Amino acid sequence: MELSFQTVMSQVMLGLNNGVFYAILSLGLAVIFGLLNIVNFAHGALYMLGAYVALLGFTSLGPLIGMPDFHLNYWAALIVAPLVVGAVGIVIEKTMLSRLYKFDHLYGLLLTFGLALIIQGVFTNFFNVSGDPYEAKPDVLSGAVNLGFMMFPKYRLWVIVISLLVCFGTWYVIERTKLGSFLRAGTENPELVKAFGVNVPLMITLTYGYGVALAAFAGVLAAPIYSVSPVMGSEMIITVFAVVVIGGMGSIMGSIVTGLLLGMVEGFTKVVYAPASSTVIFLIMVIVLLVKPAGLFGRES
Amino acid sequence: MRFFMSKVVAVAAVVLLTGTMAIAAGVSDGVVKIGVLTDMSGVYSTLGGKGTQVGVEMAVKDFGGTVLGKPIQVIGADHQNKADIASAKAREWFDNEKVDMITGLLNSGCALAVQKLGGEKKRITMNTGAASTELTNKACTPYSIHYVYDTYALGKVTGQAVVQNGGKSWFFLTADYAFGHSLEENTTKFVKAGGGKILGSVRHPLSTADFSSYLLQAQSSGAQIIGLANAGGDTTNAIKQAREFGIDKKGQTLVGLLIFDTDIKSLGLSVAQGMQFTSGFYWDRDKATRDFAKRFYAIHKAMPTMDQAGAYSATMNYLKAIKAAGTDDPDVVMAKLKSMDISDFFAVNGKIRADGRMVHDMYLMEVKKPAESKGEWDLLKIVKTVSPADAFMPLSESTCSQVKK
Repeated sequence: MELSFQTVMSQVMLGLNNGVFYAILSLGLAVIFGLLNIVNFAHGALYMLGAYVALLGFTSLGPLIGMPDFHLNYWAALIVAPLVVGAVGIVIEKTMLSRLYKFDHLYGLLLTFGLALIIQGVFTNFFNVSGDPYEAKPDVLSGAVNLGFMMFPKYRLWVIVISLLVCFGTWYVIERTKLGSFLRAGTENPELVKAFGVNVPLMITLTYGYGVALAAFAGVLAAPIYSVSPVMGSEMIITVFAVVVIGGMGSIMGSIVTGLLLGMVEGFTKVVYAPASSTVIFLIMVIVLLVKPAGLFGRES
Repeated sequence: MRFFMSKVVAVAAVVLLTGTMAIAAGVSDGVVKIGVLTDMSGVYSTLGGKGTQVGVEMAVKDFGGTVLGKPIQVIGADHQNKADIASAKAREWFDNEKVDMITGLLNSGCALAVQKLGGEKKRITMNTGAASTELTNKACTPYSIHYVYDTYALGKVTGQAVVQNGGKSWFFLTADYAFGHSLEENTTKFVKAGGGKILGSVRHPLSTADFSSYLLQAQSSGAQIIGLANAGGDTTNAIKQAREFGIDKKGQTLVGLLIFDTDIKSLGLSVAQGMQFTSGFYWDRDKATRDFAKRFYAIHKAMPTMDQAGAYSATMNYLKAIKAAGTDDPDVVMAKLKSMDISDFFAVNGKIRADGRMVHDMYLMEVKKPAESKGEWDLLKIVKTVSPADAFMPLSESTCSQVKK
């Protein structure tokens, strides 16, 4: 395929579309790692869980509560799914993760990895692995808009806009507000922050809840585009971890920018040499680790 | 037991006396063990997975649970779509668990590995899941059977039908591994033979979530037909996203070359309606298939796919062959399987050829419109029944070493 301006621009747009998913997922990971020092391997499974909350809310919740005509619509799902999954996250943090902070990072990683396998296994047992259709996409987001160089589906445009808003909103709260400064101080010196009367354990719990809620939010956004399937998270999460490593573990802005950039690099690779598209991110990861082991935006410690 | 031992000793004596090849009468090691080795948790687990084991267990139960007075056992394992795991598990089963036959084997990579091992260990493999034609060509062994379908039949039946309906120019989206390559290659052959042409193809990694980039490339090629040489979640994602980008509205048609009932369910009839593809089995074909499907549904809560129904049929015929041969010796059983007619609710006009290919009627299917569907699983109609000779690779073209030329 020749690389006309039109082709390159279309692929950049599609790359950006994938990039916002990487960004929003790696952002959640970065927030969690920054504050809890836990590599949350359950992130992909919770992303999948978010998509299923939306799906089941639309198809099965009504009959379950005795109101067959009730369907949780898309807009409501965007709020409800993160809340439900956030609550699941809080339970996980309270009952399991909080016991591991005094040990090595590795234990948190093992625990969340195990949780991911369990959640995914349970869903594989009950749902179609090829995916189930989520037909709740609102009419207002159906159809395509002409961007000049391509016809772009409205829904994808919406995904890009709302994801960027959420990402930069999160960055703003953490880096520029008082609440954010407590959060950051809590990671540096929890004892001192406690002395100021801040409830650090609660802050940590809520941060984990927020991080996984972001994953669920991405899951709802993904539901109308990709198949809602039990393996959707595990396919995504490997790439997202590479993004986190390239951006620098725990760096908020790093995770956002790297996610977007790598989405575009991947999109571009799909035109130039498609079979390499699944490897190009890992190739970049190798190079970054060799040249700048702390990641592009990471601080050397 | 003593009687059995004395029999073994007697046979051994005869064998020593005559110096012929060792063939033990009766059932070796007192049990016939069937292993279901397939994808139990990954991308293909809905269309195969535990349902395949259910099919095998139903066959064993229907057969009566014993053969030649010895019990029949079924064990299952997940190969996770990894050829090394499949191969290690099969080795353990053959060496320590005394498994006599392995079935299932979704995923061509895993199937090729296990079939090769079966050839070395002289154990039968009855592959119901994998698709690559390599299994009955250069990778064939005296102990391998390819039971349900292959990329040749899929490519030929669908390719010819589409070209005849005017779909002359093609662009392929191909899964980048043995199966996808084989499917593209076989389909290409019949598209060209029918006067069609190939405008290009793009290879995507297995388990791709976003197909939009590839779809745009297919779109700009201007091909009438976008052939999907992939399976499962890859196929459904591609079709769904083509709809999103309005590709189908601009005069281009997507053709899925390997589609299972579970994929149609994943897409929903409103998206999938009118699509044609090839299958080795459909649960709602006639009374016999419906009876089986109902019993299967009662256990598994889903209608059987061709892989799952095929696993029933393969197991049943394997057990029949043991009974007829009076032994579970793999050489004798294979000879029996290749000489008997394979005929049941699953296989019509069935025959296992020298290359291990079980040829039988194949079906060109079409997805129903939502208005035509009368129930959750009322998804497809049979457009055309294709005879074995018209569907499968002729034996004369096979490069299998078992075919005498």
